[in-house]
Amino acid sequence: MLTRSEVLAVRQASVSLSGHPILKDIDFALNAGEFCGLIGANGSGKTTLLRTVLGFVMPTSGSVTMEAGGRASIGYVPQKFILDPYMPMRARDLVALGLDGNRLGVPLPSRGRRRKVDEMLEAVEATPFADQRIGSLSGGQQQRVLIAHALIRRPRLLLLDEPLANLDIRSVAGIVALLRRVSRELQTTVLLSAHDMNPLLSVMDRIVYLAHGRAATGAIDAVVRTEVLSRLYGYHIDVVRVHGRVLVVAAEGEGDAQTAIQRDPVHVAQVP
Amino acid sequence: MTTLLSLVVAPGFFASEPVRTAAVIGGAAAIVSGVVGVFTVIRGQSFAGHALADVSSAGGAGAFLLGINPLSGFLLMGVLAATSMELVRVDRPSERDLVTGIVTGAGLGVAALLLYLNVTTSSTTGAAVTIMFGSMFTISASIVPLAIAVGLAALSAMGVLYRPLLLSSLDPNLAAVQGVPVRLIGLLHLIVVALAVALSAITVGAILSTALLIGPAAIALNLAKRPSVAIFLAAVIGVAATWGGILLAYDSYEWTGGHGWPVSFCIVALIFAAYVVVAEIRLGSRRQPEPGLKPRPREGRATTAG
Ligand SMILES: Nc1ncnc2c1ncn2[C@@H]1O[C@H](COP(=O)(O)OP(=O)(O)OP(=O)(O)O)[C@@H](O)[C@H]1O
Ligand SMILES: [Mg+2]
Repeated sequence: MLTRSEVLAVRQASVSLSGHPILKDIDFALNAGEFCGLIGANGSGKTTLLRTVLGFVMPTSGSVTMEAGGRASIGYVPQKFILDPYMPMRARDLVALGLDGNRLGVPLPSRGRRRKVDEMLEAVEATPFADQRIGSLSGGQQQRVLIAHALIRRPRLLLLDEPLANLDIRSVAGIVALLRRVSRELQTTVLLSAHDMNPLLSVMDRIVYLAHGRAATGAIDAVVRTEVLSRLYGYHIDVVRVHGRVLVVAAEGEGDAQTAIQRDPVHVAQVP
Repeated sequence: MTTLLSLVVAPGFFASEPVRTAAVIGGAAAIVSGVVGVFTVIRGQSFAGHALADVSSAGGAGAFLLGINPLSGFLLMGVLAATSMELVRVDRPSERDLVTGIVTGAGLGVAALLLYLNVTTSSTTGAAVTIMFGSMFTISASIVPLAIAVGLAALSAMGVLYRPLLLSSLDPNLAAVQGVPVRLIGLLHLIVVALAVALSAITVGAILSTALLIGPAAIALNLAKRPSVAIFLAAVIGVAATWGGILLAYDSYEWTGGHGWPVSFCIVALIFAAYVVVAEIRLGSRRQPEPGLKPRPREGRATTAG
């Protein structure tokens, strides 16, 4: 059940893929207009959790409840978007497909449709390359077009899987600011996965931190703490804050942690 | 004007009944193949398209053996193969290729048997050549209504499927989130490919139908940056190559002293030549260095020398 302000509730959800348990007892809810970061290392289950919210994967126990409208009111930006450079499609064609790509028949030219597409392209600052083939755009430009594609139907919930991977620092800041602005303007709830929480620290209302198939969830300051994450990882780790950045590092000499760190390249990268 | 035309077009071309039938059915096959082919190429299903052609040749051979209209044979086998290929659940792309390969092998095996029976019962080798490589000037005019009906059905289906098919060709996940039944759309698309292939099979032959399906689409994808333009161009290029090929083959009776070249050869040669030209132009335009970024090696060398 959802309370009135909730858009999505994941309750004690466990997920298995081909018989292997991947996620255990994930529990969190998102309110309308909230910005939530889904943080975890490679293989921690971020994509699996997003696919569960989308209904592509069914939880083995527990539940996922969406506000009325279900999947139709979710916008989605997938992690792996492989684009053939020969795909005969301009940025604006892809955005238009977000509006009515599920309808049968050939789209008739309509002023209303064109205006909606133009507005959306403008909102994500994609107007300058709106008429270029999507295959010829840079990663950051493609990301903006995909966000426009996902947002044009005004979804209540926007899921983005690693939209910041492969972007340089300036593009990361640009996309994060864009998402924060658009989610406020459209009252869209955002659930965004990332392996590094740092670019999101200033915008996240809530965090879902995944490790070893379990999640710690809540406000950042309640989750990103030595005790909480140590309990999640199952061994002692330190949360260090320097220069406005958060580093999650394992204590030295922790045998178990050593192997875990090798599995979690994110954390290695944060130890200079 | 008349003399100029008569230089290009051998006498009797427009009056010839076989030429007219070939032009109508060939044109229909080219339009349908061009439209469908654009989706086949962007979905990475060229191999599946060729597999359908190979399997449907068994249907064509069977129809010959029974003495019925070969188009219905091609259609029946093609649609059957498309359905079975799409209904086998595959988890990996390599598995998909595997299934396609096995279906192709089985289909060609049956075709080999039926063609052999054709040869032994009627003691002609004509059937094999006609089914595999086409024989446009011998198409019976009685096939025209069925061919037109199949062509119209295929084009209407593409019109109806247009947006969901485009979206699921781009990314199946994006399509599924928008409520598109991705697998059903994939199945319907492959059935329409089978219709296109059957039409091409009675014109350029089963084996060469791939050239008409993939060639014009590949050329169009080199030129267009919008889906609708790519589809339009592919259809136009297909028709131009088909009619050009028919003309070339008709004229070739004159140059070769009555033997002539097969129409299928002429069509495929035109498509291939056009592809080479377009790909070369594209490559050439990419090879040209940007004016602003051009280094100045000659001046550099001059300084060191001086
Ligand atoms: N079909 C599958 N069958 C079995 N296990 C799977 C399957 N798909 C994924 N997994 C496993 O589930 C775990 C979580 O995968 P998932 O893709 O959700 O991780 P992720 O957090 O998105 O990683 P990344 O940061 O690399 O995208 C991984 O250990 C992976 O090996
Ligand atoms: Mg992932």
